[in-house]
Amino acid sequence: MSDRPTFLLDGEEVPFTPGQTVLQAALAAGRYIPHLCYHPEFTPHGSCKVCTAKVNGRTVASCTTPAESAIEVDSNTQELNDLRRTLVQMLFAEGNHFCPSCEKSGNCVLQALGYDLGVMTAGFRHLYPDRPVDASHPELLLDFNRCVLCELCVRASRDVDGKSVFALSGRGLTKHLIVNSESGRLADTDVSVTDKAVEVCPVGVILRKRVGFAKPIGQRRYDKRPISAQALDDAPRPPDGGGHA
Amino acid sequence: MTQATQQVPNVEALVRKSVARWRHDPTRLLQVLREIQEALNYIPTGALTIVARLLRLPLSRVKGVAGFYSFLSTEPWGRYRVLFSDNVTDRMQGSERLLAEMSHRLWVEPGKVSEDGLVSVATTSCTGLCDQGPGMLVNGRPIGRLTSERVEEICGLILRSVPLDDWPAGLFLVEDNVHRADALLGHGLEPGDAIRAALHRGTQGHSEHAANERSWREGYVGAALGPLAVLEEVKRSSLRGRGGAGFTTGIKWEACRHSTGNERYVICNADEGEPGTFKDRVLLASHADLLFDGMTVAAYAVGAGQGFVYLRGEYRYLLDRLNEVLERRRAANLLGAAICGQPGFDFDIEIHVGAGSYVCGEESALIESLEGKRGVPRNRPPFPVTRGYLQQPTIVNNVETLCAAALVAVHGGDWYRSIGTLKSSGTKILSVSGDCVRPGLYEYPFGVRLRQVLEDCGASHVQAVQVSGPSGTCVDQDDFDRRIAFEDLPTAGAFTVFDSSRDMFEVAHAYTQFFAHESCGFCTPCRAGTSMLMHSMDKIRDGSGTLHDLREIARLNRVLLMSAHCGLGHTACNPILDTMKRFRPMYERRLRSRDFAPAFDLDAALGRARQMTGRDDPGAHLENLP
Repeated sequence: MSDRPTFLLDGEEVPFTPGQTVLQAALAAGRYIPHLCYHPEFTPHGSCKVCTAKVNGRTVASCTTPAESAIEVDSNTQELNDLRRTLVQMLFAEGNHFCPSCEKSGNCVLQALGYDLGVMTAGFRHLYPDRPVDASHPELLLDFNRCVLCELCVRASRDVDGKSVFALSGRGLTKHLIVNSESGRLADTDVSVTDKAVEVCPVGVILRKRVGFAKPIGQRRYDKRPISAQALDDAPRPPDGGGHA
Repeated sequence: MTQATQQVPNVEALVRKSVARWRHDPTRLLQVLREIQEALNYIPTGALTIVARLLRLPLSRVKGVAGFYSFLSTEPWGRYRVLFSDNVTDRMQGSERLLAEMSHRLWVEPGKVSEDGLVSVATTSCTGLCDQGPGMLVNGRPIGRLTSERVEEICGLILRSVPLDDWPAGLFLVEDNVHRADALLGHGLEPGDAIRAALHRGTQGHSEHAANERSWREGYVGAALGPLAVLEEVKRSSLRGRGGAGFTTGIKWEACRHSTGNERYVICNADEGEPGTFKDRVLLASHADLLFDGMTVAAYAVGAGQGFVYLRGEYRYLLDRLNEVLERRRAANLLGAAICGQPGFDFDIEIHVGAGSYVCGEESALIESLEGKRGVPRNRPPFPVTRGYLQQPTIVNNVETLCAAALVAVHGGDWYRSIGTLKSSGTKILSVSGDCVRPGLYEYPFGVRLRQVLEDCGASHVQAVQVSGPSGTCVDQDDFDRRIAFEDLPTAGAFTVFDSSRDMFEVAHAYTQFFAHESCGFCTPCRAGTSMLMHSMDKIRDGSGTLHDLREIARLNRVLLMSAHCGLGHTACNPILDTMKRFRPMYERRLRSRDFAPAFDLDAALGRARQMTGRDDPGAHLENLP
């Protein structure tokens, strides 16, 4: 890995392959930068801004910023972690998130980020949006209350499943997830439980029915270890095992 | 334009006609939806399905676009759709009272449709009639100078269901109000002058590149400089973008010219959405030929074959006139194939109309919208000059910039640079409105002091000027000797004057509302943060604000500045921070003295219970409880 170009992340060298973004290179090298709408299998999107870092003094979304030789990236600083905490708080206040009664609890990226960043309260007035659930589909439930608008399902359905079952409509605070049917109901789309879009939801919006508590709370993905550790296992690594894996 | 008729048209036929007019091109989705909206007053779900089928797009995508733009609706509006312009200048001129009067006369609740479906009355962001406000749009047609009498007259026409074409033409009169013309507004050029000048420049001198380049697009015309000559003049002029950011036009053009692609595009940004700006309205209405000359010169310089004007939805009423100008220019060989007889110089212009979205003024969001998508700013890099419209090299320039480029083509870069200041060459058109005797357009060489502008427009007892709209800077009298220039007070053109009778907290409150309404919702900090800001401002206005809320505003500002995706989020706090700095007493007198007070007032919430039980004795009030 010594012949690969590198940049500095919090003062330490991180090797990268040209074409990688700062976040991709960091994760591949075993260095965690908190993130939410980024997923290793999809083109970075840059909307949640949780991965914001300082590159040569400028704050940018590290998931969409190309890695370049000799840039200096600050990520694990109090200022940036404060920012991330505030952004996660905004997401909690914007939707209707009731972790104790949510079947995604323990597997939820938003909740895991909240724990990892030390979010103790929503910090803002809750907006309590009115977002009716869609239980029309025999095998799937859509609980829009928990949507963080990361567009992972939109990207997965369009780019992997080739279906465009999910899309966004509205604007600003009224932006919301919609499905691809004239009735607006999930049952009238060609969604399937095996779709990538169903699997990829980081929060509790797209849920398979009747399996919600098959694995008990306490034994779930982020119950055992924090997301900062788990995310590194999920990141694709170069064949030479670059970084300190 | 929509007619107020009750016929039920054949939706399928209508959609087919519109889709065919736009050549079944899915990138024309927004134009198709807009035409359906205009014909039916809304877009029925069935129509969306037909559009999706004919354009071979997923229905979810079509619905997503229809849901993004505020002028499109999937629910019926009134056959007369009245939208009051809701800029702060409209409010200062009494728009809120007039809206209430109109709603009362028509017996309709603001924001709702009357029970008979006849009319709806609501508000919309600044319509660009600030110099002749309060303004409104009725089915897309502008009416300015609203008074109680005008509102009464309009209500009468609506109640009698008079078709809009039969309304008195004087109602729709929009005046230019040019009070000071300089090099641009007083250009005196004929259509095509700038193109002929650019071509002529190209025949002078010799290019060292000529021998190994293939065509005029690459810089070769009979061993002369060709397009490089005019590109050189634009660079030499140091012309900078007039849309606000001030990027050097010649460098943008050169970068586009040198980018590799199958096609290159010239886009005119006529999405003049910044509240308080209306200069492009006048340029489009009265100087369209100069603009199209500028676009054609740009196309020649960068080697583009196709141009677009992205016209803001609020200026839809200018569309037919602009298309007539384009037709006339095609007939005069100023557009089309072999322009002005120059072999291979092929270029044409298509006008796209927006549908109510401020963020589409951001160049990459504008390109998304032109491609028939939701108007969300892209991630950059890549920038449009390398990967813009359809991922091809593209320049996006403001209306005024392109007009100025036409002047440069005629008079040369040195002439242009001799006007203005060292770092800001040329002139700037200011859209002056607010508290002054003569609102309208004032064109000055860069470097003019605010004091001069205030004197010329007849402003007195001036408390503050909002320079460049809510995303710009709010200054007070300590700053009136500052200059309009990129090196001092840069501006996209808005110049809104507030006299000493105005409450600057209310001004900031109105601007904050604007940003929250116009956030595209792509990124977390802007989508949620602008609403959180609104909550803090509401809380202060309602009398329960504390110092804590001022600190909270400062914190939100840091979040927006550090992490918002585009300029809208970066600047959303500006009006509050500027006014808080300069007019702090207007905030403080609203604050409670305590460090913190909840937004929720428990005693007030008990008011309803008191009303229902008929109790108002001391025991029914919280403060009397032990």
